[in-house]
Amino acid sequence: MTGGVNLRAVAAIYNFEMARALRTVMQSVISPVLSTSLYFVVFGAAIGQRMNEIDGVPYGAFIVPGLIMLSLLTQSVANASFGIYFPRFAGTIYEVLSAPVSYLEIVIAYVGAAATKSIVIGLIILATASLFTPLSIQHPFWMMGFLVLTAVTFSLFGFIIGVWADGFEQLQVIPLLIITPLTFLGGSFYSIDMLPPFWRTLSLFNPVVYLVSGFRWSFYGKADVNVEISLAMTLAFLLVCLVAIRWIFKTGYRLKP
Amino acid sequence: MSPILEISGLSKTYASGFQALKHVDLAIETGEIFALLGPNGAGKTTLISIVCGLVNRTDGTVMVAGADIERDYRAARSLIGLVPQELSTDRFESVWDTVAFSRGLFGKPKNPAYLEKLLRDLSLWEKRDERIMALSGGMKRRVLIAKALAHEPRLLFLDEPTAGVDVELRRDMWRLIRELRETGVTVILTTHYIEEAEEMADRIGVITGGELILVEEKAALMAKLGRKELILQLCEPLSEIPAALGRHKLELRAGGSELVYVYDATRESADVASLVTELSAAGVQFRDLRTTQSSLEDIFVGLVNGGGRS
Repeated sequence: MTGGVNLRAVAAIYNFEMARALRTVMQSVISPVLSTSLYFVVFGAAIGQRMNEIDGVPYGAFIVPGLIMLSLLTQSVANASFGIYFPRFAGTIYEVLSAPVSYLEIVIAYVGAAATKSIVIGLIILATASLFTPLSIQHPFWMMGFLVLTAVTFSLFGFIIGVWADGFEQLQVIPLLIITPLTFLGGSFYSIDMLPPFWRTLSLFNPVVYLVSGFRWSFYGKADVNVEISLAMTLAFLLVCLVAIRWIFKTGYRLKP
Repeated sequence: MSPILEISGLSKTYASGFQALKHVDLAIETGEIFALLGPNGAGKTTLISIVCGLVNRTDGTVMVAGADIERDYRAARSLIGLVPQELSTDRFESVWDTVAFSRGLFGKPKNPAYLEKLLRDLSLWEKRDERIMALSGGMKRRVLIAKALAHEPRLLFLDEPTAGVDVELRRDMWRLIRELRETGVTVILTTHYIEEAEEMADRIGVITGGELILVEEKAALMAKLGRKELILQLCEPLSEIPAALGRHKLELRAGGSELVYVYDATRESADVASLVTELSAAGVQFRDLRTTQSSLEDIFVGLVNGGGRS
């Protein structure tokens, strides 16, 4: 141990999780890339050619940030929730809980690994998309910023689900019933300005709108909502997740009777 | 020597209201092998789980080598190794990877030479590249022991180490525990196999219903509570015990062909000697004799059923 931080433990958990991803490269990398490519083929190449430009951006290029967000959100939640749920399910969590590691170190290791995986997938999808449609990234720094921030935030959210879940069904239910619908209705495939006023206002209650909008702004400089608001909303959700995780470890919720 | 583990006033009430531990006090000396004996549900695993940080205590304090398990958890936990009761192992990882992971998790720098020796000692070296899921139950148990020892702990907890384990592994485990003790490691094992406690332990604690009802040196416990029987096989059967021998606690068995003398193991020799002298004086002759001593199991069953403190 070095000083007051058990960096070796963080490295051990992080590497363990990354090794798991490499072992299952088929399902953890290839399948999200394949399904996103299918979206490009259908929406970008086939339908997109018959669509008008949105905010001066060809439709095929317009949907790229939203599609990356869709994968980023589902992958972050899936990776992080499985990463902590599986040791609970298999009983191997005892070792992590009995080790000289702080709660913060546990979260950094598991969430860091999950976020790393989804960022890598996001970048692979970005590279894949560039094969289908010409892309421009006006604010690369902010693009990476939103990518990392979203991956970390939703990996934290996934971690919470993984601690909460009492079975594999519950593990699937949140991504399936909440994340996917919110992403589809969050302006991945359209600008919310295209909606009637009532639905547009309703959409503003969907947190994913802010993520997609901010992320798209970093590509094309155009956004549905102000980019500062996007950033603030993402940080707010990050904060909510951090508070929830702090509560989990303070009370021992589902980890420590 | 100062105690490596000091537990005082430890209580645990689960959210369900079940009181698993009731004000337990226990001090474990450095280098001893301590067996915690008790029926299922007595509180053995809860006690271990609190010390290892898996369960929150309700009340009381636990110090490991002077470090409080909550305030100073890093110092406390880095000294502890735990072999859990359940066979909770990784599945897809190799033996080597899982053991190296454990060492890193406890903050120790890499030491392949130590891990190699550890795996060899546990007959796991040949299996080091195999996935854990492909191993037998006994081999998985060895993997759990290797994981617990990977960070060179000073205090090792073995929760029911030999439950459902074959004879060979049990012998290996006992040998390993003795070797560990020689290097100064303190071992606390829980078991409901009396044989194990009798074979291994320096001291024995009996826990039942969440209360530690007795802690005693094994030898002292056996002597204190042990009942000895001297069985004399008589040349001629007796119909009744001769009046001259009335002051001894004697009984006749096997149709009068065996004379049985029951006595306290602590104050043995003098009485046995005088009995034999008095027997020959009374003209009773015997052709053979044997003694039996009550096992720890008899003592244990007596304690737990009696339920009382001694």
